[in-house]
Amino acid sequence: MKIKTFSMGGIHPEENKLTHEVPTIVAELPKQAIFPLSQHIGAPAKPVVAKGDKVKVGTLIAEAGGFVSAPIFSSVSGTVFKIDTAIDATGYRKPVIIINVEGDEWEESIDRSNKLELVENHPDLTPEEIVNRIKNAGVVGMGGACFPTFIKLTPPPTAKAECVIINAVECEPYITADYRLMMERSDEILVGLELLMMGAKVTKGYIGIETNKPAAIELLTEKCAKKFSGTKYQVEVVPLKQRYPQGGEKQLVDAVIQRQVPAPPAIPVNVGAIVQNVGTAFAVYEAVMKNKPLFERYTTVTGKKLTNPGNFQVRMGTPMKNLIDACGGMPEGDNKLLAGGPMMGKALTSTEVPICKGTNSVTIISDDEARRKEPQPCIRCAKCVGVCPMGLEPYLLAKLSEVKNWERAESEDITSCIECGSCHYTCPAYRPLLDNIRLGKATVMGIIRSRAAKK
Amino acid sequence: MNFILIAVIVLGTIGLIAAIVLFAASKKFAVYEDPRIAQVGELLPGANCGGCGFPGCSGMADALVKGADAGSLDGLMCPVGGAETMGKVADLLGMAIANTEPMVAVVRCNGTCEHRAKIAEYAGLRTCAAMHACGAGETACGFGCLGCGDCVAACQFGAISINPATGIPEVDDEKCTSCGACVKACPRNIIELRKKGPKNRRVFVSCVNKDKGPAAMKACAVSCIGCGKCEKECPFGAITVENNLAYIDHQKCRLCRKCVAVCPKKAIVAVNFPVSKASTTSMSSTTSSSSETSETSERKEEQA
Repeated sequence: MKIKTFSMGGIHPEENKLTHEVPTIVAELPKQAIFPLSQHIGAPAKPVVAKGDKVKVGTLIAEAGGFVSAPIFSSVSGTVFKIDTAIDATGYRKPVIIINVEGDEWEESIDRSNKLELVENHPDLTPEEIVNRIKNAGVVGMGGACFPTFIKLTPPPTAKAECVIINAVECEPYITADYRLMMERSDEILVGLELLMMGAKVTKGYIGIETNKPAAIELLTEKCAKKFSGTKYQVEVVPLKQRYPQGGEKQLVDAVIQRQVPAPPAIPVNVGAIVQNVGTAFAVYEAVMKNKPLFERYTTVTGKKLTNPGNFQVRMGTPMKNLIDACGGMPEGDNKLLAGGPMMGKALTSTEVPICKGTNSVTIISDDEARRKEPQPCIRCAKCVGVCPMGLEPYLLAKLSEVKNWERAESEDITSCIECGSCHYTCPAYRPLLDNIRLGKATVMGIIRSRAAKK
Repeated sequence: MNFILIAVIVLGTIGLIAAIVLFAASKKFAVYEDPRIAQVGELLPGANCGGCGFPGCSGMADALVKGADAGSLDGLMCPVGGAETMGKVADLLGMAIANTEPMVAVVRCNGTCEHRAKIAEYAGLRTCAAMHACGAGETACGFGCLGCGDCVAACQFGAISINPATGIPEVDDEKCTSCGACVKACPRNIIELRKKGPKNRRVFVSCVNKDKGPAAMKACAVSCIGCGKCEKECPFGAITVENNLAYIDHQKCRLCRKCVAVCPKKAIVAVNFPVSKASTTSMSSTTSSSSETSETSERKEEQA
C-alpha cells in the first residue's frame, strides 16, 4: 500500500530526533514564574490579580481579552510579585505577570489523581458543555500557533465539520514532545479525541502520524481498535510518509483526506476538517475530565551539543534557562537559541524567556550550523518552486517584496504562504527568500486589512 | 480632367463634414483644465518625492489650485521647495501662505556601538524592516536604531548616510528637504521631522525607548529613563514625559538647554551650538565616553 502524504512540494530535512527514547521527566518548579499576557493568537489577556495577591496552582490570573483570546492560569502557587514587562518569545518586552513561587498548593477543584476518566462515566456531558469547559480552561492549539481551541470547534455557519484530524505528525526536526506524549499518555489522548469529536458533533476521527514513529503508530492503532470498535465513532490511525511541512494544517488535511483547502481566508473546516494537535487533545482531556486548566505542557529541550537533551513536563512560566540548566547548561561557543524547532522556531536573544502555551521545544543550534551562508545571485533553478507546499513561486514573491510591488505580490497569493521555510532551506544560493516573503506577507495583509476597514 | 475634379470635390466635401463634426465634438465634449495647474506645476521642483502627501508634483499642483479656489492653501506644503517655492506659487495664485518654518529629519537614537552593547548576532536579511520583524535586534534595546539603512535607501536626495563609526544614520542638514520618506521607512519611528532651528540649532531627546527606567538603563548607556528631571526644569513647558519617555515639543522649545544640563543619562542632545557655551556639556560627554572606552579596552586587555 502506498503511504499517504500531501500532494505538492515538501522537503526532508535531517531528523535529529535526539530525544525520541528519552522518557519525560517532570521539570523542577522555578523560583519565579513569568506569564506573558499574550500567549495566543488574538487579543492579549487582561490581568485579574494585583501585586501581592496570593495565588494557587490553577488560579485564574488573566481573563480573555476578547472573543479571539484565552484566559491564563497560574502554574505555581505563591505571591504576585509584580505586573511588568519582560522579554517574551517575540523578542520584545511585553506585559507579563511575575509570580514568586512558594510551595506547591493546588486549587481543590483540580483532580490530581492519575485515574483515567472515561466519557462513558459522564453521561451528562453535552457538546456545548465540552466547548465551554475548553474555553474556560484557556486551551489553545499546542502545536505552536496557539489558536484558541474552542473557536475551532464552533465553525462558522457557512462550514460544516465532518471529521477531527489529530495532528501527531511532528515533522519538524529535533522535536519529540508529541511523540513522548503519545507513548506515555495514549489513553488520555484518545479520550481527548473523543471529547473533541463530541464537541464538534462529528463521528469520524483520524490520527496522522509519520512513519518515523512506528511504535506510536502501533500503540495507537491497537488502542483505537480496542476503544472505538463497536461505538458510533470511527477512528483511523493514518501512517504518513515523512515529509516536512506535513504538520501544517492544510498539508495534513491534504495528506489524510485528500482535500485541498482553498486560499485564505478559507480554513480547514471549509473542507470539513478540524485539525487539532495531540498536545491539544491531551489538554482537552485534562480540562474537561480533570478540571485542570492549561498551565502545564510537554516540551523538548534539545541540541546536538547539549550534554543531556530531554523531554520535560513543565509548568508554564518556567524560564528556558532552568530547563537548559537541567540538560547540562548552555554549550560553549556561539549558540542559536530557538523557541520551537529549527525550521519554524523563533530565534531568541535571552534565556530568561518563559515556556508558554505554544513552546513545544527549546532548540539550541551550535557553531557553524547556526550561521547562515553568504547569499549568492539567484540562478533560476526553481528548486524553491518545486518544494513550496502551497504551490507558490517563492523566488518571485521574494523579489516582489524586495521591490515593494505589493499589488503584484497580492495577486501572486503571497498571503497563502505558511512560512514553513522549505524554499529557504532548499535554495542552493542561500538567498534569504523567507525573510523577504514574510515582510511582504505582513505588508500585504496590512494593506488588505486597511482596505477592509475602509469599506 | 473630370476625374480630378470629382476626386477633389468628393474628398473636399468629406474633409469639410469631418471638420465640422470634429469641431462640434471638441466644443461639446471639451474638458476644461485650469491653465494655472500647468503653471504651478512648472514652479514645483519636479522631484515627485511624494513628501507633500500627493502622488507627485502634478498631484500637488492640482491640489494647490483647488485649494486656492477654495480660499486657503493651509496644509499644503512642498517640503522640497520650501518657503521659497511656496511663496512663488502663492504669488501666482494670488494667495498668501502662512510662513512655515523649514524642517529637517532628526534621528532620535544615540545607541552607538559604545553606548549600546551587542548581545546577539543577526544573520538574516539586512534590512531594518526584516530585523525589526524578527525581534529586538542585535542589542537589548527594542526601540533603537537597527542600523541597516532603510532610511538611507528611502532618501532620494542623498541626505542621510550611516556613520560607519557609530552605526547610526546621520542627516545632512543642507541636503535634507524634509520630504519625510525616511520617517516612513523607519520601522521603529526613530526619525522625526523637527524645526530646523536658527542656525540649525536644535535640542531634542535622542532616544525613543519606552521601557521602564531599569530596563532602558540596562539596554543602553544614553537611554531616556523617563525620570522627569527635564520636564521639571523646562521653563517653557515644552517637555512632556509619557510612557517613560521624554519628548521636547519643538514648537515650544526656546533652545535654553537647561534640560541638556540636568539629564542624568545625557539623552538630550543639543546640536550646532557654539562651542564656547555648550563646551561644558558636549565636552564632558565626549570625555566621559572616551574614558569609558579606554576603561573597557583596559579591562579587555586584562582579561586577555
